[in-house]
Amino acid sequence: MADYNTMELMIVTGARELKSGASVAVGTGAPCAAAMLAQKTHAPDLLIIFEAGGIDPQLPEMPISVGDSRTIWKACQATSMTDTMEMFCRGMVDYTFLGGAQIDMYGNLNSTRIGPDHQKPKVRFPGSGGANDFGSFCWNMMVITPQDSKRFAEKNDYITTPGYLEGGDSRDKSGLAKGSGPYRVITNMAVMDFEPKSKRMRIKSVNPGYSEKDVRDNCGFELLAHKKIGETHHPSKKELDVLRGEVDPYRYVIGR
Amino acid sequence: MDVIDQGVGRLFTDPDADNARAHFKTKSRALTNKLMSLKDAVAKFVHDGEYLAIGGFGANRTPIAACHEIVRQKKKNMAFAGHTSTHDFQVLAAGKVFDKLDIAYIVGLEARGLSPNARKYMQTGEVEVCEWTNYCLSARLKAAAMGVSFVPIRNVMGTDTFKFSGAIIIECPFTGQKYAAMPALWPDISVIHVHEADMYGNCRIRDITVSDLDLAKASKHLIITCERLIPNEEIRREPVLTDIPFFCVDAVCEVPYGAYPGVMAYEYFSDEEHIMEWMTVEKDPEAFKEFLDKNIYNVESHFDYIRLHGGMEKMLALRDKELMTTANSNKG
Repeated sequence: MADYNTMELMIVTGARELKSGASVAVGTGAPCAAAMLAQKTHAPDLLIIFEAGGIDPQLPEMPISVGDSRTIWKACQATSMTDTMEMFCRGMVDYTFLGGAQIDMYGNLNSTRIGPDHQKPKVRFPGSGGANDFGSFCWNMMVITPQDSKRFAEKNDYITTPGYLEGGDSRDKSGLAKGSGPYRVITNMAVMDFEPKSKRMRIKSVNPGYSEKDVRDNCGFELLAHKKIGETHHPSKKELDVLRGEVDPYRYVIGR
Repeated sequence: MDVIDQGVGRLFTDPDADNARAHFKTKSRALTNKLMSLKDAVAKFVHDGEYLAIGGFGANRTPIAACHEIVRQKKKNMAFAGHTSTHDFQVLAAGKVFDKLDIAYIVGLEARGLSPNARKYMQTGEVEVCEWTNYCLSARLKAAAMGVSFVPIRNVMGTDTFKFSGAIIIECPFTGQKYAAMPALWPDISVIHVHEADMYGNCRIRDITVSDLDLAKASKHLIITCERLIPNEEIRREPVLTDIPFFCVDAVCEVPYGAYPGVMAYEYFSDEEHIMEWMTVEKDPEAFKEFLDKNIYNVESHFDYIRLHGGMEKMLALRDKELMTTANSNKG
């Protein structure tokens, strides 16, 4: 077993999905770390977008907020949030990473509340922020999240951000932008994608140290699976060196 | 136009464009001196029960000094645009300023975690909520800035965010595609913090503008707080740099470090220690009450608040942090 933790593996796995020349909209934390890592390794021409208005910064360190001044450090443009959201609408944003308190088999996300009463929730979370916007428009929406059977829910208490809604062609019929939607779900145990017809989540590869049974036991709904489930690749020494040395030297995201 | 589906959320403002025009017909176009103290501006323009919006993004270029003043003057029963709000929301929730809320992002402070007190307030059931997204509220302000009663956008459809919003799904008359119609939002009063302004309200922002340019146009009344006052001659020397023009503005208040403890691009970085103090002290209601007395209710102005947290030396250290230099920190 190589010497790395599951957060490092999730960030590296996310980073590998990002192609040079593509665009990615990121939030703080793991998503930003993945984008920075990709840009500093295999994807130097990755266009990083912050929803508040920072376009193509040369991030000197991890931002605390998607609107703080680090997001415009040596950037190509400091614009408005309306402007970046319009990039999404026009189909100019290829990738994003989201998270949430709950995710269902179609990749729908809940970041709003737990409990049935909307006006008096048991637990209130921040709400959509830009998540619904990202999930509505981004060509390839990815989720980086730890996995357990509560978070991977049979039914979300609330759908903040659209995945494939009720599966099949329900997303297209809803009026959301065609061809967009969930692409990967990267957890501490596995990497999932979505079966093209039913739009249900399926196991693509299992992370080193875990079994298919672990993945299924820690999921509140029935997962589909590829015919041949692979093993998620280990991070390389170079990826770990850049992640630890340049992206997150204070280990805010990757932990100690 | 047929209504395909409608959210259950209540609109807290009137989306009628002619009613808005009737207000803007009366708004002054005169180039007059609008300088006043922040205390006077809040007393004059922020009223109980009205709709409030705050510029900036979270703890970035956010008029925190104005949020403190609104809490200090005990404004109540307001409706609030919880649009990219983080530390501003935390401050206004501490004062229970609002009881009606349009929500895009609330309660959280992004990477810093969730505000225990703001979260508690939102779980009491005392606040009537209507759900949106960051882009929904930007689009609602854009509609207002355009002087139209709605704009069509393509998010939220199929989700609970739509169900608990005040949006309406309609069909495009050209293509038959579905759109979520976002009703115009004309706030009664907004506050925006900028880098530089003249005494008439011409403003320069050296930062991302978030939704502030549309917010300035959409607001029935607008208070500007600025880091620095500059002469009108300077504005006229380089008019391409003017982001907000004077006729949108009702009051201009010079409040250096007005975004503290948040970030002001190219000026000062956030005081993370003090923001974390907020997050920690909120866990203990008694201690939080003392904390609010010490930091808001019993201080005269933003200067007193800054003095409580290290004064000018702290401001210079935060400037170093913002500019990633050690110029001020090395002066001993």
